[in-house]
Amino acid sequence: MAVVLKVEDLHKSFKLGFIPKIKKILKGISLSVEEGEIFGYLGPNGAGKTTTIKCILGLVRPEKGNIEIFGLHPFSLQAKEKIGYLPENPYFYDYLTASEFLDFCSQLFLMGKKEREERVKELLQLVGLEKALDLQLRKFSRGMLQRVGLAQALLNSPSLVILDEPLGGLDPLGRKEVRDIIVRLKEEGKTVFLSSHILQDIEMVCDRVAIIVSGEIVSQGALHELVSEKIYFTEVILSGIEEKELKGLAESFSVKGGRILLRVLREENLEKILELIQSQKGKIHSLIPRTETLEDIFVEMVKQR
Amino acid sequence: MKIGAIALNTFKEAIRDRILYLLLFFAVVCIVFSRILALLTVGDRVKIIKDVGLSSLSLFGALMAILMGVGLVYKEIDKRTIHSLLVKPIHRYQFLLGKYFGLVLTLLVMLLAMSLIYLAVIFLHTFKIEWTMFIAIFFIFLELCLITSVALLFSCFSTPILSSLFSLAFYLIGHFSWGLETLIKKVKPGAGKTLAQLLYHFVPDLENFNFKMEIVQNLPIPAKIYLFSTLYGIFYTAFILALALLVFRKRDFI
Repeated sequence: MAVVLKVEDLHKSFKLGFIPKIKKILKGISLSVEEGEIFGYLGPNGAGKTTTIKCILGLVRPEKGNIEIFGLHPFSLQAKEKIGYLPENPYFYDYLTASEFLDFCSQLFLMGKKEREERVKELLQLVGLEKALDLQLRKFSRGMLQRVGLAQALLNSPSLVILDEPLGGLDPLGRKEVRDIIVRLKEEGKTVFLSSHILQDIEMVCDRVAIIVSGEIVSQGALHELVSEKIYFTEVILSGIEEKELKGLAESFSVKGGRILLRVLREENLEKILELIQSQKGKIHSLIPRTETLEDIFVEMVKQR
Repeated sequence: MKIGAIALNTFKEAIRDRILYLLLFFAVVCIVFSRILALLTVGDRVKIIKDVGLSSLSLFGALMAILMGVGLVYKEIDKRTIHSLLVKPIHRYQFLLGKYFGLVLTLLVMLLAMSLIYLAVIFLHTFKIEWTMFIAIFFIFLELCLITSVALLFSCFSTPILSSLFSLAFYLIGHFSWGLETLIKKVKPGAGKTLAQLLYHFVPDLENFNFKMEIVQNLPIPAKIYLFSTLYGIFYTAFILALALLVFRKRDFI
């Protein structure tokens, strides 16, 4: 697959404080995003996620390193025409209405009046804001602003969509809708680069991820390569069995509302429990094998640093 | 077209700013007050109205240019609206010029509004429309264009308070730089005179745009002086805008 975004050995530091002190933010970031994939960019607060994105978008000039977007320099207009960007905590001109703001943005892509009107209407519908098109942005909630941000990022039907914390500030329903939009973008053949703190969401939609800690990429690869299928333990909720009979079979044990919650580490113990349930006509309410998650890897890597 | 879209958006934003209307109100108060002042004057009363009125246009126009110009870029950076804009297919110079022309358009509209009131006040006194006043107003507009570019330059790297002070200093120095000319004549040759001469060449001379007295007194002005002042305004503004672009091009938007 063709490489859409290539970042090589990116360095950036900022001077902070009254008596300027140099703080290194990016220490040699290298990553590549392939065409048609959803790439997740993970990292704790202050790791350098947003700075990387701003370097990619030409908002911040890196001191060292190389960035190519579709083989072009990030400052070139041809590259910018193919990009859609949703900033973290988006702020827009709050005196404009959603449709006025989107119309203004589409003028920067030199769209004709009719094309603009159709595109704005279509996008407001896509992000579920068709009822709020004449409301000033100052009256929008954070979640609604996030949706407007997403709409403006998609105005030009970009080939590469860069989303900085797209799920922040959204309610569970909004998060699901945005996740669906991201998946739909992939289905349309677009490439999505998204940074997020919400690991569960990244795990649900991303093909590949890179983990950044203190300005360095500590891990990068396909999600299934990073996350093993090893079972840590199995969580079982059952009823209809005497508590004393389960003694020694589970590592942790609790009883709530007539149900017994067990945490079973060894596979042979799990088999014994299942046999016991069958013989004593007990009932299994749930049985969940707990495998390694992205969160485990993430926490481990952040701790190591 | 991209510059036009940004300019129009800046105009929409500026026209909603309350400070603009506050200054407009005070300007109108001053213009109307000039008529009361004229009643207390012995001699040619209409000259007082014309003079005080033009000075009000100049002063309040400059205050509008400074107070709104200093926030032009700073507000965009502070509110982070610039992030979603600069990633669109526009060059940084297009953004900056769009902001500049947006405010210049706002100032033009405000200046025209103040001028209409000003001409109406004169009309009430003389029952004549004084079209020659538009020459003085045109040069006030050129001066406002220059002051806006200065405010924009400071707005690219400084806070609104500091930028306002710097721009106000530029305005005051610009209007009193003729004092340096007198100083050069009076000072004996030496380091002091060289320094004064050097300063004289670098410090802006905003009196080049001041034709109030000549217009009010109906004094003849050679066309080449008008031409010189116009070119001075255009080139000085272009120079300051080029400086602003240099600063803005190098900026990181964190």
